[in-house]
Amino acid sequence: MYLADRHRPAPPGAPATRGGRAARAPVARTVILLGLVSLATDISSESAAAVLPLYLTAGLGLSPLAYGLVDGLYSAASVVVRYLGGWLADRLDRPKQVALTGYTVSALARTVLLWLPGAAVVAGVLGVDRLGKGLRTAPRDVLIAASSDPGSLGRSFGVHRALDTTGAMLGPLLAFLALWAVPEDYRLVFVISLAAAVIGVALLALLVPDLRPARAARTADQHTGAAVDVARPTVRMLAEPGFARLVGAAGLLGLLTLSDAFIYLVLQDRNDLAALWFPLLFVGTNLAYLALAVPFGRVADRFGRARVMVVGHLFLVGAYVCASGPVGSLVLGAGCLLLLGAFYASTDGVLAAAAASVVRPEVRGSAIATAQSAVALTRLAAAVVFGWTWTLVGPGRAALLMAALLAVVVPVAWLLLRSAPGPGARR
Amino acid sequence: MSQRSRVVALAVVVVLCVGGVVAYAVSSRPAPAARTPTSVPSASLAEVEAVPHLVYRSTALGPDFGKVAMSTLADPAGPRAVTADACERVDQRGGTTLCLRSRPGVVLGSSVTAWDRTGHVTYRRNLPGIPSRARLSPDGRLAATTAFVAGDSYLSAGFATRTYVHDLAAGTAVHLEDFALTHEGRRITPVDRNYWGVTFLDDNTFYLTVAFDGRPWLARGSVSKRSVTTVRSGAECPSLSPDGRRVAYKKLQPSSRGWRIAVLDLATGSERLLAETRSVDDQVQWLDDSTVLYGLPLTGERGGETDLWAVPADGAGAPRLLVPQAWSASVVR
Repeated sequence: MYLADRHRPAPPGAPATRGGRAARAPVARTVILLGLVSLATDISSESAAAVLPLYLTAGLGLSPLAYGLVDGLYSAASVVVRYLGGWLADRLDRPKQVALTGYTVSALARTVLLWLPGAAVVAGVLGVDRLGKGLRTAPRDVLIAASSDPGSLGRSFGVHRALDTTGAMLGPLLAFLALWAVPEDYRLVFVISLAAAVIGVALLALLVPDLRPARAARTADQHTGAAVDVARPTVRMLAEPGFARLVGAAGLLGLLTLSDAFIYLVLQDRNDLAALWFPLLFVGTNLAYLALAVPFGRVADRFGRARVMVVGHLFLVGAYVCASGPVGSLVLGAGCLLLLGAFYASTDGVLAAAAASVVRPEVRGSAIATAQSAVALTRLAAAVVFGWTWTLVGPGRAALLMAALLAVVVPVAWLLLRSAPGPGARR
Repeated sequence: MSQRSRVVALAVVVVLCVGGVVAYAVSSRPAPAARTPTSVPSASLAEVEAVPHLVYRSTALGPDFGKVAMSTLADPAGPRAVTADACERVDQRGGTTLCLRSRPGVVLGSSVTAWDRTGHVTYRRNLPGIPSRARLSPDGRLAATTAFVAGDSYLSAGFATRTYVHDLAAGTAVHLEDFALTHEGRRITPVDRNYWGVTFLDDNTFYLTVAFDGRPWLARGSVSKRSVTTVRSGAECPSLSPDGRRVAYKKLQPSSRGWRIAVLDLATGSERLLAETRSVDDQVQWLDDSTVLYGLPLTGERGGETDLWAVPADGAGAPRLLVPQAWSASVVR
């Protein structure tokens, strides 16, 4: 990973470099910085999340069911806010400020957690934290896209997601170290969480440049003599065939995508060993994700981001099959985690990169938010349907059924994308 | 602001944040001077065990924090005999001691251990999750444990319980989600079902809480039939009276006012709330057929400690402090 002082966006008018040379150029400094912001913020949220179940039951007496309910509610609400974040970033042409607002809201929520403990407060804090997360995601991805070479968008998102995942792994580790050092002192964990959040906000506020992607695009257009387009971002700008196909394919695949928690559930239900090592399951997945995010990002830059995103779902087919496989095999369990990590590495950042590269820079925020919301909503539907299927035929067969359906849908999604633009930026 | 001064400002923020964490960690660490071990008069184990006594987890701050301790029923708050075993939940019946403790680390888990009168370990098993409840059957042959498992819910960050019934003599354990669940005459298998807080009538029949669709139910189970049947809604962590005719449990109060203890007469179905108005998050225990006891956490300077309180089981009277700095009691007569 290279650090380079190159935080200005590459002129979008420049010829889109295909694969090879662009991939060897250093990763933009702003991308690394945004990765570090996410790393600090993930330490903050994941360290608190790791002890919240303990804290709520042992310390406050909130029933586990109430907690789960509250959480599901917020997931739905965050989709709306995510869209708002993307739209605001486009409309104001100030993605950094919108992202900063989101990060700051989450940091403030942690402060409240520290000073006013109580079950109702925790529920409120979780909600505000989700609002902040929803608000910041799309503008942050806009910044990543704006500070990267159009030809290496996939790699940039890979670098960001790798750093982000590192934070998600360090958070729980720090939390348990703290609880081990000072037993039963949850406030220490919340202090760590707040400190990490503040560092993340400071990093973003102080070092990340205030990029104006739309203005830069217009200036570049003038420079190259192309028609100057000063129109405000509108929904119609999203109506590009490439983007519609991308969202359609992602949404279609989302209908058959289970969250990793579900796959752990299947594993746990069939494998007592998996149950015992439950907290490590997600560490295994994250390690694979972390290791593969950048390579898959490069592959996506080379062979087409939307295509890699679609084909990456074959890893998920593999994960379903192996989760439903013979009970008690450790090798198979590890294979599952690896496949799941590979799935995330080839789809999560790649989807954002794909969305950013098929629309005009002025509407990248809305495009990324739309694509991510489509996936989030269809996955929610998948969770409900899978819940029913599980009840009817049991976890193993339900997972196999999902695998079979997904294996059929991947080629369909591929065909849907066939005429979509290949690698590189729109222009 | 120049790039250089921005970097300096960031460095200052980082130093302040890390320094703040370290300062807080050092100041909150129980320093010997600030949190003096509570001096509790000690008694010899043999003397206490020779007469009717209470067995509990001692929560007096100091070297004996978390260890299993005992004091006589005649003077429960008096001298206590402390053993070397640390347990989050402890139960003692029929000469068997059941100990549920956490295994700290990044992989948070718990372990179940049982030993006989001579201290010989008869059963040991590692389980996933954070220790929550542990109970023995009257003769000490069966044990039930509940642990909280993070992320066991399919809608992301929720968390769930895992409850096992252990046959200590046979050395086997069964996960209660493998039992058939019957609700309103129908066999159901909701994905979000959770079981917790088992109490045994004998070596077959038990009561417990089962929750699904966001509601907890009092339920009756059978080990031999591998079945659980719901009985009544809104009851958590039941505890059968020594005569087996009543069951005490905690009931969630509206508008997040916490839990009240209620006692249900199993024959007549009449329920009454007890005089304790503070929120009780514990599986209550019966001191005798007319009194229940339960733990309440302390706050502030004594955070981490808990006291054991007793209240009449008929709804009359008032709570009284039974054993300070104790938790998870069982009665041995």
